[in-house]
Amino acid sequence: MILATIFESGVSIQFYLILASILFAIGAIGVLVRKNSIIMLMCIELMLNAANLLLVAFSTYFQKSDAQIFVFFIMVVAAAEATVGLSILVMAYRNARSVDVGIFNKLKG
Amino acid sequence: MNGAALIVYILGGLTIGSSLMVILSKHPVRSVLYLILTFFLISGNYIMMNAQFVAVVNIIVYAGAIMVLFLFVLMLLNLSKDNEPKTSLTMKIAATLAGGSLLIVLLAAVKDVIMPEKIMITAMTDNQQGLVNNLGEVLFTKYVLPFEVSSILFISAMVGAILLAKREKQIID
Repeated sequence: MILATIFESGVSIQFYLILASILFAIGAIGVLVRKNSIIMLMCIELMLNAANLLLVAFSTYFQKSDAQIFVFFIMVVAAAEATVGLSILVMAYRNARSVDVGIFNKLKG
Repeated sequence: MNGAALIVYILGGLTIGSSLMVILSKHPVRSVLYLILTFFLISGNYIMMNAQFVAVVNIIVYAGAIMVLFLFVLMLLNLSKDNEPKTSLTMKIAATLAGGSLLIVLLAAVKDVIMPEKIMITAMTDNQQGLVNNLGEVLFTKYVLPFEVSSILFISAMVGAILLAKREKQIID
């Protein structure tokens, strides 16, 4: 079983910690840099995925399946959030003809 | 470092690269496509961690449903490179500095983690906690109440989305 010996290796949890941190920071930078509100929503999805990645990594590390159920619920909430967020953005576009987040300044009254 | 670990490192590097392209590409549709690629690469990471159910659900729900929703909205709004809102250079530098310092704080927090055991990254190990059989049992016994509550969340989100996106009568007339 040469395949088993090749695959019989591991990655330390630090790698996933660093990877998830970098993904989360990229998502945060994206929310701050881009002014297109749809891209901002996408960057929020990216940050949620960084959290999911870390949950699955720790679930595998501790050999417990509870964290993967949490990932499932995070996906449920993300789907609901994307639906409502996109419909709000479509409504805002219909009123202002722009996807710039600056249009929400008008809400100041 | 041998085979499987190398695959995981390559997957991680590609994930970071494609997620950087999400925020760097000017065209919104290209951003969406790079985000779909990122989700596929993250699913690859899940498979390497033997979390097959989460990997498949990630592809179906994120890459399949949510990103198609984003693409549809982009198509309906007919966005292109020309009406992409511009960010000033000062704003970009400030945002990158802020995000970079967040990254430094996170890395400084995780650098002292002492967890010597390795994650076995192969489907050949005997850890079964990521398989449908085991996950279904946990989901429908221990977490059955949150599961039912999430259906209420979905109904309210659906009703809210329809209410928000519906044209009002006065606008049509």
